[in-house]
Amino acid sequence: MDNLRLLFAAPPLSLQLLLDGILIGAIFALAAYGMALVWGVMGLINVAQGELVMLGGYAAYFLYRAGIHPLLGVPVAAVLLFCLGWALYRSVIFRVVDKDLFISILATYGLSILLQQLANGLFGANVRTAESGFGTLVLLGGAVTVAEIKLLSFGAALLTGAALLVFLRRSRMGQAIRATAQNARAARVMGIDTDRVYAWTFGINAAICGASGALVAMTWIVHPYLGLPYTVRSFMIVILAGLGNVVGVLVAALGLGVAENFAGFILGAEYQAAFIFGLLVVILVWRRFSLARQRRYLT
Amino acid sequence: MKLPSARELAIPAVILAFGLAAPVLAPAYRSQMAFLWVMVVFALTWDLLGGQMGYNSFGNILFFGVGMYACVVVQRDLHLVYYSALFLGMGVGAVLAVAVAALIGSGLLGLRGHYFAIGTLGIGIAAGELAGGWDFVGGGGGMVPPLFPGALGGRETFFYYLSFALAVITFPVLRWLYSGRFGLAINAIRDDEDKAEAMGLRTTQYKTTAWCVSAFFLGLMGGVVGNLVGFIDPREVAFAGSTFGVWMVLMAILGGKGTLWGPVLGAVIFHVTKELFWTYLLGWQRVALGLLIVVIVVFFPRGILGWARERWPERFGHGVDEAASEGGR
Amino acid sequence: MTPILEVHEISKSFGGVVANKEVSLAVPPGKIYGLIGPNGSGKTTLFNSIVGQHPVDAGSIRFAGREITRLRVPQIARLGLLRTFQQTRIYRGMTCVQNMLISIPPSQLGWRSVYRRSSPAEERKAKDLLQFVGLHAKRHLPGGDLSFGQQKLLEFAMALMSEPKMLLLDEPTAGINPTLINGLLQRLRQANQEFGITLLVIEHNMRVIMQLAEYIYCLAHGELLAQGKPEEVQKDQRVLDAYLGAT
Repeated sequence: MDNLRLLFAAPPLSLQLLLDGILIGAIFALAAYGMALVWGVMGLINVAQGELVMLGGYAAYFLYRAGIHPLLGVPVAAVLLFCLGWALYRSVIFRVVDKDLFISILATYGLSILLQQLANGLFGANVRTAESGFGTLVLLGGAVTVAEIKLLSFGAALLTGAALLVFLRRSRMGQAIRATAQNARAARVMGIDTDRVYAWTFGINAAICGASGALVAMTWIVHPYLGLPYTVRSFMIVILAGLGNVVGVLVAALGLGVAENFAGFILGAEYQAAFIFGLLVVILVWRRFSLARQRRYLT
Repeated sequence: MKLPSARELAIPAVILAFGLAAPVLAPAYRSQMAFLWVMVVFALTWDLLGGQMGYNSFGNILFFGVGMYACVVVQRDLHLVYYSALFLGMGVGAVLAVAVAALIGSGLLGLRGHYFAIGTLGIGIAAGELAGGWDFVGGGGGMVPPLFPGALGGRETFFYYLSFALAVITFPVLRWLYSGRFGLAINAIRDDEDKAEAMGLRTTQYKTTAWCVSAFFLGLMGGVVGNLVGFIDPREVAFAGSTFGVWMVLMAILGGKGTLWGPVLGAVIFHVTKELFWTYLLGWQRVALGLLIVVIVVFFPRGILGWARERWPERFGHGVDEAASEGGR
Repeated sequence: MTPILEVHEISKSFGGVVANKEVSLAVPPGKIYGLIGPNGSGKTTLFNSIVGQHPVDAGSIRFAGREITRLRVPQIARLGLLRTFQQTRIYRGMTCVQNMLISIPPSQLGWRSVYRRSSPAEERKAKDLLQFVGLHAKRHLPGGDLSFGQQKLLEFAMALMSEPKMLLLDEPTAGINPTLINGLLQRLRQANQEFGITLLVIEHNMRVIMQLAEYIYCLAHGELLAQGKPEEVQKDQRVLDAYLGAT
C-alpha cells in the first residue's frame, strides 16, 4: 500500500500509468475484437486466442532475428497467422462449430495447450523481445516518459482495427461474414457458403491476433505461456462491451489496460495475473447479480 | 434395501482386489498407481457437477488446492504427531473446501453455460496466482509437508492405500446420491433448469449441495496428494488448473459423462495413456497430450459409455415397453 | 366465491414496447377459463408475469389469497401455480418415468427426503398418470425421443403429478394432430373435474376454446378487449375486428 501513497504524492506517476495503460489497451482491443468476431459469427469461444497472439509475437521475433524490422513484422505476422487460422479451421474447428458451446471451448482449450507446448518445445521457454530500436519521448519536463514504440503500436493497432472494419463493411466477403453473423441459415439460403465464411472469419481472427502479437513482442516480451491472460482479457472485454459493439470494445479494452497498470503498480507485479483472473470472476459475478434483479440470465 | 446381485458385484470385487494387491505386485509404480485413484476421484467429482448436473466447471481444482494447503499448514503449524496432524489436516482441508464452495456458490452457480465454465476457469487460476504471492503459505516457493515417519518406501505405500481408500469411499457415496430424488433433481437441472424452477424445485439448494460434495472429496484428496508428491507448488501442484483442472473434465468426457462408471473408465484410460506418453514420448509428452485432448473432444464427445448407450439402449434401461397393456392404446 | 387467481392492472413493457397494459382478470377456483387474442396481443407475456418469470412494471397478482407479485418462479410454483410452455419443455435426457418422478409436489421434497429413493406410491402414481395420457408403453424412453405431441402430453402429465391448485396452459393443442385434439380435451376436462385443478388456457383454436372454457378473456394490443361467456365473446364485434386486423 506504500505504492498507493506514492500515487497520491506524485501525480505524474498516475499520468504515466494512465498513458501506458491506454497504449497497451489498444492491443488488447484488437485481440478482443477478433474474439468477438468469431463468437458473433461462428458462435464459438476461442480459448486458443492468446496462443495465436503468442505465435504472432514469435513470428515478429524471428523476423527481427532475420534482420527485418519488427514493424514490418506486423503485416507479415498477420498473413502467416491467417494461414494458420485457416488451416486450424479446416482441420479441427469446422468439426466443432455446430456442436454445443462447451465442446468448442474444450476443443479450443486443447488446441491452446497443443500450441503452447509446441512453442515451448520448439522455441524454448526463454523470454524474447523483438527490438525495434526506437527511443523514448520525454514529456512534461521529465515527469512522464513514453516509449516511442508504444505510441507506434497504439497507432498500428488502431489502424489495423480500422482496416478490419472497412473490410467488413466494404468487401464482399466482409458482407457475407456480417450476413452469416445475423442469420446463418438465411445466409445459406441466399447462396452464401457459410463454411467458407467461417474459414475466413477464423483466419481473419488469427491474423488480428498475429498483428497484436507482433506489437506485443515489440513493446513488451513474448514467451510460450503468454497466451491465457490474453484469452481472459479478450473474454472480459467482450462480455463487458457486448458483441457487435466496436466502440464498447475499444473503451473496455483501454479501461482494462489502465486498470491492469494501476493494479500492477499498487499490488505489485507478481499479483498482476491474479488481478486479471480475479477481475474476470468479479465482472461475471457482478453481471450475474445485476441480471438476477431483472430475472434474466447471461446467455 | 435391495442387495446387489453377484453379477453386479463382480466388477467392483475385481477392482477392489486389484487395488489392494497393486503395491505388492508392482512396487515400482506405487506413485503412478496412487495417482490413478486420484484421477478416479477427480473424474467422479467433476462428473457430479458437469455430467450429472450440466455445470461444466473448470475450477474444481480450487477445492483441491485449498484442501492441500490447509492440510499442510495444519501439519506445519500445529506440532502434532505425524498421523494426527495428517488426518486432522485432511479434515480441516475438506471442511475449508466445503466452506469455500458454499461461499462462492451463490455467485458462480448463478452463471449459466459457458459463463460458468470460464468464470470457474478464472477462479481456479486466480487462486493459484494468489497462493503464489502469499508468504504465509510459502509464496512462489510453495510448501513442503513434514517428512513421513517410517521405513524407506513406506510413504508411497501408505499414501497409495490412502488415495485408494478415498476413491473406494467416493464411488458408493456418489452412487447413493444419484439413486435418490436428488439424482433426478440434478439431472433435471442439467436438462432444463428453467423448467425445473418452474416446477418448484429448489435448484439453488441442489446446485450448492452438489458443489459442496465435490469440494469435500477434492479437499480430502488435496491433503493426500500434497503429502504424496512431497512438495506443494501453487500453480503446478495445488491449483494446477491447466493440468489436473482440465484433465478432470476430459476423463469424464472420455469415459462418458453423466454415467457412474464412465468417469472411472475415462480416468483409467486417460491416466494409463498419459503415463505411456511420459515414458515413451519424453520431451513431447505435453504436445501429445494436447493432441489427445483435441482428439477426445472432437471425435468422442459422448465418450465410451455414451456411445454404448446409443448403440445398445436396452442395456441402459431405455426402450419401448411393447408388452404393456393399456386397454387397447 | 373469492377467485383463486386475481390479476389487477398488470402492466409490462420491454424497452419501448408495451406488452401488457393494465390488464385485469380473475379466475374462480375449479373453473376452466380461456385467454384468447391475436398474435402479439400479450397473452404469453401475461402468463410470464403471473408466474414470476419477469418483474412487472405495475399492478398486483394474488393467488389463493396470497400476494405473489414480487415472488420468483420457484416460489410461486411451490404455492401450487404451475404453467406449461408454448414450446413444450420437458427433461429431454431423462426417461418419461424419471420426468414424472421428479415432478412430485415440491412440498414432498424436504431437505432430507430428497436424498431418498422415490417411493413405490410415487412410482405407481407416475405410471398411472402416464397411462392417463397414453404414454405408458413409452415410459422408459428418454423424453427427447418422443414426438412433439407426445412431449406435450408428458408435460401435461408432469403438471398433474405435481398436484397443482391451478394450471396455466399455453396453447395446449398447438402442433397436435387434429385427430388427437379431442382426446387431449377430454383429459383436460377430466383433470379439471376429477383432480379439481383450475385451468386458464391460452388458445388459438377457436373451436377448442369455445368448447372447453366457461368464460373467456380476450386481449388485443396488450390490453383487455372483451370478456364474457364463449357465446357472447364469439359474437363480439370488437373481438372479430381484432382478429381480422381491422383495429
